[in-house]
Amino acid sequence: MSPDPFPLGPHPHPLGAPLVRREGREKVTGTARYAAEHTPPGCAYGWPVPATVARGRITAVETDEALALPGVCAVLTHENAPRLAATDDPTLSVLQEDRVPHRGWYVALAVADSLEAARAAAEAVRVTYETGEHDVGLSADHPRLYEPETANGGYPGTRERGDFEGAFAAAPVTVDATYTVPPLHNHPMEPHASTARWTDGHLTVHDSSQGSTRVCEDLAALFKLDKDEVTVVSEHVGGGFGSKGTPRPQAVLAAMAARHIGRPVKVSLPRREMPAVVGHRAPTVQRVRLGARDDGVITALSHEIATHTSTVKEFVEQAAVPARIMYTSPNSRTVHRVVPLDVPSPSWMRAPGEAPGMYALESAVDELAVLLDIDPVELRMRNEPDTEPDSDRPFSSRHLVDCLREGAERFGWLPRDPRPAVRRQGDLLLGTGVAAATYPVLIVGSDAEAHADADGSYRIRVNATDIGTGARTVLVQIAAAALNVPEDRIRIEIGSSDLPPAFLAGGSAGTGSWGWVVHKACTQLVARLREHHGPLPAEGLTVAADTRKETAEQSPYSRHSFGATFAEVQVDTATGEVRVRRMLGVYAAGRILNSRTARSQFIGGMTMGLGMALMEGSGLDPAFGDFAECDLASYHVPACADVPLIEAYWLDEEDPHLNPMGSKGIGEIGIVGTAAAIGNAVRHATGVRLRDLPLTPDKVLRHL
Amino acid sequence: MESTHQPADAGGSRSVSDQCSELVLYVNGKPHTLTLDHRATVLDVLREDLGLTGAKKGCDHGQCGACTVLVDGRRANSCLLLAVAQDGRRITTVEGLAEGERLHPLQEAFLERDALQCGYCTPGQICSAVGVLAEAADGFPSHVTPPGTGSGAPVELTDDEIRERMSGNLCRCGAYPRIVEAVGDVSARAGAASWTSGGPAGQGVAS
Repeated sequence: MSPDPFPLGPHPHPLGAPLVRREGREKVTGTARYAAEHTPPGCAYGWPVPATVARGRITAVETDEALALPGVCAVLTHENAPRLAATDDPTLSVLQEDRVPHRGWYVALAVADSLEAARAAAEAVRVTYETGEHDVGLSADHPRLYEPETANGGYPGTRERGDFEGAFAAAPVTVDATYTVPPLHNHPMEPHASTARWTDGHLTVHDSSQGSTRVCEDLAALFKLDKDEVTVVSEHVGGGFGSKGTPRPQAVLAAMAARHIGRPVKVSLPRREMPAVVGHRAPTVQRVRLGARDDGVITALSHEIATHTSTVKEFVEQAAVPARIMYTSPNSRTVHRVVPLDVPSPSWMRAPGEAPGMYALESAVDELAVLLDIDPVELRMRNEPDTEPDSDRPFSSRHLVDCLREGAERFGWLPRDPRPAVRRQGDLLLGTGVAAATYPVLIVGSDAEAHADADGSYRIRVNATDIGTGARTVLVQIAAAALNVPEDRIRIEIGSSDLPPAFLAGGSAGTGSWGWVVHKACTQLVARLREHHGPLPAEGLTVAADTRKETAEQSPYSRHSFGATFAEVQVDTATGEVRVRRMLGVYAAGRILNSRTARSQFIGGMTMGLGMALMEGSGLDPAFGDFAECDLASYHVPACADVPLIEAYWLDEEDPHLNPMGSKGIGEIGIVGTAAAIGNAVRHATGVRLRDLPLTPDKVLRHL
Repeated sequence: MESTHQPADAGGSRSVSDQCSELVLYVNGKPHTLTLDHRATVLDVLREDLGLTGAKKGCDHGQCGACTVLVDGRRANSCLLLAVAQDGRRITTVEGLAEGERLHPLQEAFLERDALQCGYCTPGQICSAVGVLAEAADGFPSHVTPPGTGSGAPVELTDDEIRERMSGNLCRCGAYPRIVEAVGDVSARAGAASWTSGGPAGQGVAS
């Protein structure tokens, strides 16, 4: 269904305006309260106990010593914790059985009157295990790798078109390279936290979540309640980056403990324990093969990835999916293989699939450009497809070439000497690199209410979540345009499962999904007001809308954002340290609805991509089976001094095949392509092609 | 277990049990007489006992800076400070920076530059920036301060200086370029003011 045309609203037009975030003042004054910052009277504190073996069974839990400590209320274990109903997400079945599927899996929860007492009690719990052999090592030839039916996002695990092997064998120019991306951790600044209380059978949880509708549904199912017996509030959320997209164990633990002791309970996950229980980006070993003609046009493209999942659930990082839409490729094979290991369950991390997959693909395209001595911007332009290669569907809009062209101009890409290792400043070697970016458009049906008050003000209610995107602000902008009233006459309520249910803040789908239903409710309210004669009743007028029907239909178009990232790096030949000097991205992501907050999101994504390129990497210790780099001292994320000038620009892209606003979603595309642009710049600087992220000094120096 | 730190302006902490002592913390200019668990950190006391949740717990290990507050005017990771050892100290949190409805210039600048997204690191960033302005004014050098800069002379806060000095405060949303701009804006204004008023040291810090 083609969406309604979108009104621009009162002058000055609210859509696209750089409005300041509505909750900004609360955030800079410290009055914005996050999940762990609600302390009901009588609140107790829960501190989890993680398993210290990688695979096995609990044979005994000794809690006497812990319970004897002052201020300790209870220790929950699989022997005494409330029984939960079965759930679709087995990572939420905490304290239900003696099995330990991976190191760090929670085996107990100490509950006490204070944080200090709870922590001491957790340390005093003695757990003994019967252990089994564990395996946490991913390799591309692991004997238990299999091809899954689908990868994350519901994409087919394997796709083949034409005759890849034949075309690759016949190609005059070929690239065959393998790239690895280690496990990566989301590490939002706010640890996952929940404060739970039961009042006359009603469960209320303040949860740090990207979508409290889903948390409410899952808690209701687990505790055998009706959804209206559960309220989950996520008013302010300190980042998520995918790790708060689904409910996490702390919400279940807090609710269980609160029921068990008959008091409110707060559980905030210790930073070092997060990697084991809130998901991670699974490592990938990615083999890319490109066959091309002498003019650079790709005739054969294969992207095969090997990755891991846990023994708890299957999650397959869909890293081979972007190769299905990016370039001309008449003969193509894209394959995922996965092996269940004794590791924590992987999950979503910013641009799952695209971030690691485009690192490999865009590095391989750069390798092809070097082989052919064709400028990498030009090479990408020569491989621009007319339709989506995998499905042959037309693109709803595709402005990759424009992004590359405008980016090259703004960055000062040309003139560029393609020779490597010839730009030297003292000990430093300098280079530039480029990569393309893409991310799919996802829109999910949601509910919203629009209300007109008798005093001329308006109220929007929708269970959107603001994880730092500026959701409140941009939804009011959409409402202001649809209602044709100034934005300061509109109030908005988000962040509670008691509001009309809506999709989570994830998959770059929030604004498109929420905005569409807000627009629909406002449009219907305007129609109702037009029909209404005389003053409004004292209670005002309310209209409820949902977009399930509109969003259920599959679009006949292939819908994606595109972008181009340019980076300049310096490589210190004495230390092997790589530093980004400047970075510039240009994106085509439909209509940009708030230029201030959008720019921040693009830059934020690029910054996380810089981390992925240069410093972020975790590893599974083969002996102990846990993540060796589990805290912020060992898992390095970019700090202020690592991040130089970063600029983000966008095209004024009009796309009538999306939603009424014409927006595509911008939360993830900034990270896509960035690691490849930096890696390609390192190759240009040094002549060395490194294919194993992150590009830390130890890896770089040995080649200089 | 008695605290050994006994500043002149407070009576010293008094052990009321094996587990707890009584002490006084001056928070945002207001004295609080508290009986505290010896294991309690300043961060947990602020958040759980005093209801001042502006200082955030990001890592509880001094790795992220989200808990940054000012202790006697200098920035510190409050998650690393045992409260019992801070008897008599003056602590300023983000809640103590604004004067009534009037925001501190750094709070204004963070809003104006959109130097935040999720907001969780923001109070620590702002408190840290208050500390940076004071340290630079007092002539504290940093790793990137050019050698030969006069000892004790105010340090000009270039973008590189701000990046270096703000690197103890992690921001996973990636607001760094905007944070540098925001701190730079206030530094430039404070620098301009200092020619006439004698420097921005301790600006905005309740004392």
